[in-house]
Amino acid sequence: MTDAQLLNVLLLAPLLNALLMFVINFSFKNVKQFIYTFFALLGSGVSAIVAIYIAFINYSEHKLLVSHLFTWLDISNFSVEVSLRADALGSFMILFVAPVSFLIHIYATGYMDKDKSYGRFFIYFNLFVFFMLLLVLADNPILMFIGWEGVGLISYALIGFYIEDVKNTYAGNKAFILNRVGDFGFLSALMLLFVMIGDLGFSFDAIFAHLIGVDSSLLSFIALLLFVGAMGKSAQIPLFVWLPDAMAGPTPVSALIHAATMVTAGVYMVARFAPLYNMAVDVSLFIAYIGAFSALFAAIVATRQYDIKKILAYSTMSQLGFMFMALGVGAYSTALFHMFTHAFFKALLFMGAGVIIVAFHHKQDIRELRGIRYSVPFVFLMMFIASLTISAIPPFSAFFSKDAIMSTLFASGHFDIFIMALVASLLTAFYMFRMVFVLFFSEKYQEVTQKSSKTMFYPMGILTLLTLFSGFWNLPEIFGGNLNISHWLHLADKSATLSHETEFLLMLGNTLLIVGVIYYAYKKYAYADGIEQEKQIDFLTNKFYIDEIYHVLIVKPLGFVSLFFDKTISAFLIDKSINNLAFLYGKLGKLFSRIENGNVRFYALYILFGVVFGFIYLYLLLGAFL
Amino acid sequence: MLKSYMILSIILFSIGVVGLISRRNIIVIYMSIELLLNAVNLSLIAISADLGESSGQIISLIIIAIAASEAALFMALFVVLFRNRGSLDANLFDILGEKHD
Repeated sequence: MTDAQLLNVLLLAPLLNALLMFVINFSFKNVKQFIYTFFALLGSGVSAIVAIYIAFINYSEHKLLVSHLFTWLDISNFSVEVSLRADALGSFMILFVAPVSFLIHIYATGYMDKDKSYGRFFIYFNLFVFFMLLLVLADNPILMFIGWEGVGLISYALIGFYIEDVKNTYAGNKAFILNRVGDFGFLSALMLLFVMIGDLGFSFDAIFAHLIGVDSSLLSFIALLLFVGAMGKSAQIPLFVWLPDAMAGPTPVSALIHAATMVTAGVYMVARFAPLYNMAVDVSLFIAYIGAFSALFAAIVATRQYDIKKILAYSTMSQLGFMFMALGVGAYSTALFHMFTHAFFKALLFMGAGVIIVAFHHKQDIRELRGIRYSVPFVFLMMFIASLTISAIPPFSAFFSKDAIMSTLFASGHFDIFIMALVASLLTAFYMFRMVFVLFFSEKYQEVTQKSSKTMFYPMGILTLLTLFSGFWNLPEIFGGNLNISHWLHLADKSATLSHETEFLLMLGNTLLIVGVIYYAYKKYAYADGIEQEKQIDFLTNKFYIDEIYHVLIVKPLGFVSLFFDKTISAFLIDKSINNLAFLYGKLGKLFSRIENGNVRFYALYILFGVVFGFIYLYLLLGAFL
Repeated sequence: MLKSYMILSIILFSIGVVGLISRRNIIVIYMSIELLLNAVNLSLIAISADLGESSGQIISLIIIAIAASEAALFMALFVVLFRNRGSLDANLFDILGEKHD
């Protein structure tokens, strides 16, 4: 197959399968479940295999794959092409997006087993893969925006998947509306770019080639607006409140969309616009600070959460904060490497949580789930490994990625950001092991109430392996590696080097501190009643009352203004004036209709008038010539 | 000479217009219309004779022919109208207009 065909297959396989499932779902009732399973796995499976192959070609041959599908708009010298390109960044993204999607598809066939909306679920899931790949492989920002909106739409549909409960629908609305705020920034940035340099071509290459011509303050503004989009999608302060609520969706959704892939789209977008951010240094620093605050904030809140999925949601937000810190100091490939490892271990953690939730009566409170170590030993093992990984214990994958972030932050010279990152990283270890010790280390024993199907465990096993070993791919020089990923991606990294001794000391210090924190958590929560004795700090359990603050500051005034417009402006000003106008015309019409009384002799009179006036007019007109 | 013909034509036309507007009997209205037509005929013929050119007279001949066939139609119309309302008062036939009150 040619390059273009490969890319087309990659993109269209999930789309066609989703459409096929939609037709089946729409036309027939009582469809056998395995039909959906077949098509769902076919769509995502084909794209996973092709994605790995494409990434392999790109990695080994450094070859840019391009597929031009069709021209969407062609207006004089401006044209928008629907065309896909897999450069190093794109291939790197599809390398983990498509396979992780496939694994979670497999997992979901077990998780959603016998659900009455099984078909609908996989239609959305396959569509999600399509949009995510479109977002990643887009050749121009406009096509990227379509993918961006598409994944947002699917996210909305899947958060509110259990439509019987209106709360889920509200959570979906919240996610969608908050993302609208972010999209507003993204779209405004695109419009500004278009106005400034759009007539020189609007593909990524063309944009980056002409950035020089743009005024630098305007460039910063564009960069900032783009980042507002990333804030919305990647749940950073202040647009993060939707992510914890998004856990209302089924657990595979949380694993795929709200942990591994979609929420990282913001990070991807900033990395994609790396040339722009390199020119807007102040905005980059702002990104780093937002990332640091988000990471710290989410980590603090996560230490007092009791819902297993909420803990993981805040953990996701915190890890995304780490990625943004790295992006902010210009270490783009480091951020992407962390995104890569994060996709595996966070998906694994969510899958483990999903198994636990299914196995124990859909309980999600970790206090009620104590002592399940021997009832779900495999889950314990996997989640334990994943927790070690996220806490950055060597030699698991996230150790390398997070340590790379820490050392770049240290080398960048922004020590305030570094300190925040360090505290967030220690808190990460604390809240993860708080969860693990409370769940698994207890004298209690709980019987499994519903056995999970085998299909849920296979993908978890594969992800565990990836969690363990994926870090070795980007081994830093200090361990004799050569940063394969960073060299492959070849992004506009701003490198700040650290001597090997300093880096090693930093690593050692970090690791020791983290081990210390884990020990503290062990003392407090394992085989102890630390969790019951925990003081209820309402401030933290209620996440700093951010939701309430937003409600008072934004929702209430907006509601008030809307009400004012509805009851006052609309009712009195607009309705009244329009009604009165209509009334006036009605009256006028009545008046004039008296002329038309149906009496033919009057009509003759009118004709006479008309003729007389016509003659007078003609006489005056012609009189001028006479 | 033409001037007096034209004055006669205008007088005939004005009488026709006044009759058309002021009289209620449909037959009289019809007669007024014929008066209008013939006033025009008269002016056509006068102008045509004055210019020494025959087309105006031909046109007026055609108009007379049409007026004759029109008369036949009008007769039929009078009969139908009278059968419907039992009268030929033009004010009775106002179904074209919107009814007020």
